[in-house]
Amino acid sequence: MIMTTTAQKVEAEKVEKDIILDIQELSVYYGKFRAVNGVSIPVERHKVVSLIGPSGCGKSTLLRSLNRMNDLIPTARVEGKVLFQGEDLYAPGADPIDIRFRVGMVFQKPNPFPKSIYDNVAFGPRINGFKGKLDDLVEESLRQAALWDEVKDRLKDSAYALSGGQQQRLCIARTLAVRPELILMDEPCSALDPIATLAIEDLIHQLQEQYTIVIVTHNMQQAGRVSDYTAFMNMDADRAGYLVEYDATQQIFTNPQDKRTEDYISGRFG
Amino acid sequence: MPTSRAVFDEEMRELQQQLMLMGTMVDTAIGRAIDCLQRLDTPEARSLIADDAAINHKRAEIEEKVVQVIALQQPLASDLRFLLAILHNVVDLERIGDHAEGIGKIVVLHAGRPLVKPLVDIPRMATKAREMLRGSLEAFAKRDVEASRQIADDDDVVDALHDQVYHELLLYMLRDPATIERATYLIWVSHNLERIADRATNICEQTVYLVTGKMQEINTSRY
Ligand SMILES: Nc1ncnc2c1ncn2[C@@H]1O[C@H](COP(=O)(O)OP(=O)(O)O)[C@@H](O)[C@H]1O
Ligand SMILES: [Mg+2]
Repeated sequence: MIMTTTAQKVEAEKVEKDIILDIQELSVYYGKFRAVNGVSIPVERHKVVSLIGPSGCGKSTLLRSLNRMNDLIPTARVEGKVLFQGEDLYAPGADPIDIRFRVGMVFQKPNPFPKSIYDNVAFGPRINGFKGKLDDLVEESLRQAALWDEVKDRLKDSAYALSGGQQQRLCIARTLAVRPELILMDEPCSALDPIATLAIEDLIHQLQEQYTIVIVTHNMQQAGRVSDYTAFMNMDADRAGYLVEYDATQQIFTNPQDKRTEDYISGRFG
Repeated sequence: MPTSRAVFDEEMRELQQQLMLMGTMVDTAIGRAIDCLQRLDTPEARSLIADDAAINHKRAEIEEKVVQVIALQQPLASDLRFLLAILHNVVDLERIGDHAEGIGKIVVLHAGRPLVKPLVDIPRMATKAREMLRGSLEAFAKRDVEASRQIADDDDVVDALHDQVYHELLLYMLRDPATIERATYLIWVSHNLERIADRATNICEQTVYLVTGKMQEINTSRY
C-alpha cells in the first residue's frame, strides 16, 4: 500500500483540478489590525468563485490582495502566499504593475475615466505598449463585455453618457482589453438595477469560457446564479475575517456543513 | 416589530402545524375506512368518499402557502429542504387519503353482502399503518432521523401481513369460486393498507433528507 499524506493528496487534487490561483494561509493587516486571518482558497481555472459574508469581514481586503491593490494602502501588509499560475504574487521580484494587468479588477461603482468610450477601453493596451490593431482590440473587448451593439455608433462619446449598467460593462471591457487571466469583481452589481444586474450576470457566464472570476457579492441569489464555488467568510471577536466554509455553490446553498454558514445564508443573525 | 426572520420562522411553524393537521385528517380517514368495512356501512362509506375532498383541499392550501414562501423568502439550506419536504409530504398524505377513500369505494362495491371471512389481519395492518403514519409525522416534526429509520423498518411488518392476507384469501378463492369477487375486494383493501405504510416510509425518508441533506431510500418495499 502506498501511503500518501493529506498534504500530498491536497496537492494532487489541485493538479487534477487545474488551480489557477492558490490562496494559502493568507492574512492581511492594516497596521496592527488583522483584517483577514489565515484564509486558504484554491481557485480552479474557468470557474466563478463567489465570496460572501457580513460587511467588514474582509472580502474586499482579500480581493485586493489578489492583485496587489493593497500595495496602494500604506499600512497594508500581507502574510501567507498567493500563488498565481504557480508563482507567488508576493515573491520579492514580483512586479505589481504586471500583476494588475494579468489580474483585472472591477469595482462596486462603475468608475470609467472622463474620456470617450473608445479611449476607456484603449487605455490599458496603450500604456501596456500594445502593438496590434487597437480598433480590433477595442471592438473585441466591447463585444466580450456585451456592450458593442449598444455603443458601436458612438465610440467617441463620453463614457459618462452611458447608463450605470453600461458604464459597468464598459469597465469590464476596459479590464478585458489587457487580456487578463483572472478577473476580480467587488460587488459589481450593487449600484445597478435588476435588468442591468442580469446583463452583468449573463456576461459573467460568457466570460467564464475564457477567464476565471472571483466575485464578492452581497446577494445570495446572485452567488447562487453565477458561481461554481462559494466561500463564506465571517469575522471573529477581534473583527478579523476568516474562512468558515468553501465548497461547491450548490452544496453551500442546499446543505452547508457549518452551522455558521447555514445561519448566515438563512438570515438568522443577531 | 418582528424581524423578517421571525416572520419567516412563524410561517414555517404554521406550515408544520398544517401538515400535522392534514396528517390527523388522513389518519382519521383510515380509521373510518376500516370501521365501515367491518360494519359494511355503505352510507358511511359514501360520506367517507365525499370527505376526501377536504383532504385534497388541504393539500392545495399547503402547497400554495409553500410556493408563496419560496417566492417571497427565497429560502436556502435547511429552510429550503424543509419546504421541499413539506411539498413531498403533502403529496404522500393526500395519496394516503386516496387509499382510505379506496377502501370506502370497496365497501360500496361490497354492497352489504357478508364478508368472506372475519377480519383479523386487515385491522392489524390498519393499526400498524396508522402507527407508522403518526410516528413518521412526529419524527418529521422533531427532525428525528433515528426514529424515522425505525418506523420505516416497520414497513416490513405490514408487507408480511399483506402476504399473509393475500395467501389466505387465495385459498378461499380456490376452495370456493363463489368467493372470488369478495375475496378480491379484501385483497384490494390489504393492498391499499400496504401502500399507506409505503407512503409513511416516504415521509420518513423526507425527514432523513431534511436533517442530512441526503436523499436515500431507507426501506425498499417489496411491493
Ligand atoms: N484602508 C483601510 N485601512 C484600515 N482599515 C481598513 C481599510 N480598508 C478596510 N479596513 C478594515 O478592514 C476590515 C475589512 O474591510 P473590508 O475588506 O472592506 O470588508 P468587506 O469587504 O467584507 O465589507 C474592516 O474592519 C475595515 O474597517
Ligand atoms: Mg467590501
